[in-house]
This record gives sequence, structure tokens and C-alpha cells, in this order.
Amino acid sequence: MLRFLVRRLLGAVITLLIISAVTFMLFYAVPRDPARIACGKLCTPETLELIRHNMGISDPMPVQFWHWLSGIFLGREYPGFGNCDAPCLGYSFVNREPVLATILDRFPTTFSLFLGSSVVFLVFGIGTGMLAALKQGKPTDKIASSASLVASSMQIYFVGTLALYVFVYQLQILDQPGYTPFSENPGAWFSGLLLPWLILALIFTANYTRMTRSQMVEQLQEDYVRTARAKGLSRPNVFFRFAWRGAMGPIVTIFGVDVGVLLGGGMITEKTFSIQGIGMLSLKSVVNNDLPMLLGVMVVTATFVVLANIVVDACYALIDPRIRLA
Amino acid sequence: MTPPTPSAAAPLEVTDESVEKSITSPANSGNESKSPGQLAWRRFKRDRTGVIAACIVIFFFVVALCAPLIANLYGKDPYTTYGLNTPGLLGDNGFPVKPNGGIDGEFWFGIEPQLGRDLFTFLLYGIRNSLLICTAITLLVVIVGVTIGVTAGYVGGKTDWFIGRVIDILLAFPSQLFFVAFTPVVLALFVSPEENTPTWLTVACLIGLLTVFGWASIARLLRGQVLALREREFVEAARVTGASPARIIFKELLPNLWTPILIQATLNLPAMVTTEAGLAYLGVGIQDPTPDWGVMIGQAAKVYQDDITFLLFPGVSMVIFVLAFNLLGDSVRDALDPKTKR
Repeated sequence: MLRFLVRRLLGAVITLLIISAVTFMLFYAVPRDPARIACGKLCTPETLELIRHNMGISDPMPVQFWHWLSGIFLGREYPGFGNCDAPCLGYSFVNREPVLATILDRFPTTFSLFLGSSVVFLVFGIGTGMLAALKQGKPTDKIASSASLVASSMQIYFVGTLALYVFVYQLQILDQPGYTPFSENPGAWFSGLLLPWLILALIFTANYTRMTRSQMVEQLQEDYVRTARAKGLSRPNVFFRFAWRGAMGPIVTIFGVDVGVLLGGGMITEKTFSIQGIGMLSLKSVVNNDLPMLLGVMVVTATFVVLANIVVDACYALIDPRIRLA
Repeated sequence: MTPPTPSAAAPLEVTDESVEKSITSPANSGNESKSPGQLAWRRFKRDRTGVIAACIVIFFFVVALCAPLIANLYGKDPYTTYGLNTPGLLGDNGFPVKPNGGIDGEFWFGIEPQLGRDLFTFLLYGIRNSLLICTAITLLVVIVGVTIGVTAGYVGGKTDWFIGRVIDILLAFPSQLFFVAFTPVVLALFVSPEENTPTWLTVACLIGLLTVFGWASIARLLRGQVLALREREFVEAARVTGASPARIIFKELLPNLWTPILIQATLNLPAMVTTEAGLAYLGVGIQDPTPDWGVMIGQAAKVYQDDITFLLFPGVSMVIFVLAFNLLGDSVRDALDPKTKR
């Protein structure tokens, strides 16, 4: 297990290095004047000169990247702007703030969105999937399968907006979505995020229902299930004690992918419900041409995706002991 | 150990004859044999959901292709601001005077608030543009993915390792964020900030970026398939008889790969439609005066509190299209590969 983790973490570091290098090159080498872009819309010649100096535009590209990279471990000074302490992912000249500070400030919002919706879609998705597999071919199965198919064809920007119109503006049974820190007011935190959770879950559930159902159906035809039944174990007993273990592998995989997607900040979700998380931060940075911020968000998001993949692979071994980590 | 040539030639002739016989004899008895394609087509025709879904999908494509013709017969275009030109259509607050977003015999789907464009033709042209772009992306993604995947699987060794790492990195890339962040950068490369971006450039950029990030999963899937097929006897036989790698890939491997390729393509197109629309909704894809599904939903989302009909037409039509295409995809999979369960 330890060898596996070390190997995978090394691989992850290399992947992240490549991703950040590629992004860095694309952002700072492709545009004609990256300093002018990073300066933002309201830009005085003095600020522009200061940014040129801070970015080290005159240095060759690899040197610039090296400065950025060493900033992560050593921190970096931005004369005329401020200090950026040890894990320094860059400095946003538009916000006049270190990039990481802004991202950390927005992170609880995106994390709450992820946490609530994933609880809902995991419970409902796996639950309905199992139910459908148990009642294979019966009306329950057909309803669950077709409902999940319809739900998977929906898009947040349409269903979310429609739900806002119906539940918030017409019926007025739900609050206007928004984020209140959990530590401040748990009730407001819950009611403000309830609608985004449900809508996100509606769309994600479908995938889990279909996957759970097909996996369970497949598992139930395996020899070990027949053996267990022949031994005299009851059907629910076999179902809930043995068969689900075999079915969980692919579900953990898609959950790993979804964790990365959700933690990276669903830009569409956050825009639809006007929630100020990482997704809205990156959208705002695009509008302001805030390249250092975008680079930071990109690296943080990629880190989530890569880490989620490692956790998924480690979970495989926990669920199914037949899989050895190598 | 090489067998003597005459004895090797003799059985070959015999098998040739027996093959010919077996082809001709069942046909004579009226019990014709069917190719796998014909069998799949017969299975597909029996699947009622699949046929209905296929009809809906074909309907959307026909509407998209005939959009100029329909708009001509209907007598309007998606660019003219009828509401501003004709007084009385829009009220003082900029919203249609008539109920339900201004639906009447003149404007079938109502008119747009503020500008007063005709929504029926806007939706028609929007579907047309979305489907054209997404079909192009899907074709490119499939071609690139298949080429790279088959190459990686067949050549193996260092090439395979290198392509595998590229795929890993591409799949770990936060791609949606990257489109949003990088589209302006690419556009700034071709257009100076003062000029307006020409529409064709936005489209080309969109197609390019979505293709670059789309091929990886198809390539990974096909690589796996080729790895399994490469070791089979028929490929070995072809190699022994001296077939060139190109012949092995195109004549031996590719016919066995049509099923996964077709399935991936049918899964990819609706995903591309929603991605493309999502980008337009976020304001980085196709921009407003150009009709597009996502642009329309984005515009509608600004005024949905006062005019929900504007949102309903593009939204519902998109859900119907994606649902029909997903159902069609499932039926195609069932028809081509009846062993898989879902």
C-alpha cells in the first residue's frame, strides 16, 4: 500500500508539473503582450511597467516558469504590490492579492456545493439502482430506468433556471440560493444551498442509477452468488452482503471523476444559481483577463482531479481484496 | 518446420471450393445468410424505442438542414429586430405585450424581450448552427481518437507508453475551465483587442479546442480493443502472410472496431451539443448575434423571471434532442452488440 501511494503520488506530481508548465506556456508565450493582459482593463502605464518588472517578461520563458514554480515552495516578493507567502501560486494584479488567498476564500462555497449534492446523488443513485436491479424487469425497474435516462438528458442551465423560476419566484417555497458559512448559520447554509444540491443531484443521480443497476445485474449472474444462494442464504442477504461489493468498483471510478469535476467548480452550476465559488471566480477572471488567477485555479483543479484518481484506486483495493495494488 | 509447397496449396484449393459451395447452397434453398450489418439492422428495426428516437433525431437534422427554406416560407429571419421596428409588439418595459412571450399567428414562438427578434427562426438557426458545429467536432474527435488509439495499440512499445501518458494528462486536465480560459487567449492571437472577432474564427477555435480535449477517451478505449485483437490468430495469420501494417490495420483490425467506434460516436454527439451550448451559456463560445442553442438559453436566462416562455422553447427542444439521441445510442449499442447488458 505504501509503495503504491508513493509511486502514484510521484506520478501525480509529474502530471501536475506538466499541466502547469503547459498552461503557463500557453498563457504567457502565446499572447503578444501577457503583461498587458494580466494588467486588466483599468491599466495605467506605471502599473503596466511595474507588472512587466514583476513578471520578469524580459527573462526567457523557462526562467519565468522556474520563478513561478519556486514561488510555490519559497514564496515570492512582488515589489510595489505585496508579499506572497510560501505556497505562492502567483499574484493577481487585478485583485492585488495573492492567487491562493482568493481561491482558499472561495473554496468552502464550492466544497459545500460538492458535499451536499454528492450525499444526495450517491444515496439516491445507488439506492434506486439497487432497487431496480432487485426488481429487474418489473414496473419499478422500468420507471427507475426511464426516469434516470430522462434526468441524464437534462442540463443544469435549463433545469436549474426553470427550478429557480418555479420554486423560488412563483411558488416561493425555497430561498434564493446563496452561500452562508456553515459556522455562521447552519440553517441558512442548508436552505441557501438546497436547490443547487437537488438540481445537481438530479443530473448526477442518473449516471449512478444506471451504473449500479447494470453492475448489480451482472454480479447477480456470477457463480459466487449462485453458490451463496445454493448454500441457503436468502436473496436480500446475498444481495446486501456480497453482490454489492463487486458492483461498487465502476461506481467508485465515476465518483472519482465527479469529485474532480465538482471540486473544480461547476462554472455552469455556480453561474445558474449565482453562487460565488471557484467556478464564478474563474469566470470573473476570464472577463478580467486575470491570467495569474486562471493559472492558479487550473493548477488547484487539476490537483483535485489527480488526487481523486489516486484515492479511487486505493479504494478499489479496500472494496475488492482481489485487486492488488502494484 | 515448413510444409512442402504442393501439400500446402492443395488444401487451400479445397477450402476455396467448399466456401463457394457453402455460399451458394443456402441461397438456393431460399434461406439466405446475412452479414453482421444486416443482422444488426434487423435487430434495430425491431426495437420500437430506437426507431422512434431515430425519427426524432432525423427530424432535428432535417429541420437544421432546411432552416433557411423553412424561414423563407415562414417569411422572417433571425436577425431582424421586429419588436423595435414595429411599434406595439414590445411594451414600455421591453417585454412582449401579448401574453406567453408574445406568441401569436405572426410569431409562432413569440418574440425576444428588449430586441424583439423572432424566436422561431432564431431557434431554427440555433439548432442548425449547433448541430453543424457538433457534428464536425464529433467527426474530428472520432477520426483523431481512432487513429491515435489504433496506432498506440498496434505499434506498442515506446509509442504506446508516450501516447498513454498524453492521454492521462489530457484526462486530468480541467477541460471546461481550460476552454473558458484559453478561448480568449487563442482569439487574442488572431485578432487585436480593438477589432471584433469574426464568427468563423470563434467557430474554428471552438472546434479546434473541443477536438484537442475530446479524442483522449476514445483513443484509450480503442487502444485497449486493439491490444486484445492484436494477439488473435487472424491478425497473426495476416502478419505471417506478409501483409503490410496498413493492410492489417485497415482490413483486419478496423472491421472489428466499427462497433465501439459507432457507439462512441453516438455517445459523443449529444455530449458535444450540451458542452457547446454550455460554453455559449458561459459567454465564451458562439456570441450573441449568431443564433445558437446555448446563446439562446443564455439570453433567456437573463430574463427568465419575467418571460419564462423564452427559456422553455430552446430548453425543452434541447432536452428532447439529447434524450432521443441517448436512446438512439442505447439502441444502436443493443443492435450492434447484443451480448452487452445495460
